[in-house]
Amino acid sequence: MSEDDGLVQTFEITGGDFNRAGRVSIQIKDLLKEIGIEPEIILRAAIVAYEAEMNVVMYAQKGHFQVSLTPASIRMIVQDEGAGIPDIGLALQEGYSTASNAMREMGFGAGMGLPNIKKNADQFEIVSEVGIGTRLDIVLYLNKAKKE
Amino acid sequence: MNLRDIQKLLQAEVICGEDRLDTEIEYAGASDLMSDVLAFGRPGLLLITGLSNTQSVCTAEIIGAKAIVYVRGKKPDKEGAALAVKKGIPILSTRFMMYRTCGLLFSQGLPGITEVSGREKQKQ
Repeated sequence: MSEDDGLVQTFEITGGDFNRAGRVSIQIKDLLKEIGIEPEIILRAAIVAYEAEMNVVMYAQKGHFQVSLTPASIRMIVQDEGAGIPDIGLALQEGYSTASNAMREMGFGAGMGLPNIKKNADQFEIVSEVGIGTRLDIVLYLNKAKKE
Repeated sequence: MNLRDIQKLLQAEVICGEDRLDTEIEYAGASDLMSDVLAFGRPGLLLITGLSNTQSVCTAEIIGAKAIVYVRGKKPDKEGAALAVKKGIPILSTRFMMYRTCGLLFSQGLPGITEVSGREKQKQ
């Protein structure tokens, strides 16, 4: 499906800006509410967006967040320029974290971010290169319940 | 139980949302870890936390929490307070510790989120 079929919005995220962290996700949630997406899907999309946004704030210099909405799905592509992830398999395990104390003081960095994203997404792809950055491609379907 | 009952029970200060104290609360969850709140939280939650920075307010807004109770006398930072006002999320601040806060609310019949949430069942 082409992104030209629906609404596309993009947001820029600044790494290390904890005061603004979460604002992009709140904007995305507001957008989905405005459009009239089902509340359970909004909840999952907002959680996914927030965890992805926090990962950029915590581990990258900057990030680009694109949301595409079609009648069938919400797609979120989050591309950052940052530390990257040496072992994606480890990073997807609940509890595995490389967070600093400053990140933990913000209530994050307990190794739950990527697992939370995976749990709430219908499709989830992650590509990362150490020293370059990480790209998340997340899809939530609008017309059917999440597969467990 | 509404927020006014909770405010009295916890002898809490109302930081914002004075006009929303009649809001009924059906369940609560407590954590200082926001990723845990994102994992167990769902709309309508009363969020009890000792994390009083702006991320606790963002997390409450993301999951659709009805209100926040800060324990140990914590108060929100400037950004967090402004966001809570903007999003209409009432904040109470109690001097009680997390354990006592949860115990008081539970003993008065307010259930925990996992007792009423389908999300916990989905995980099993």
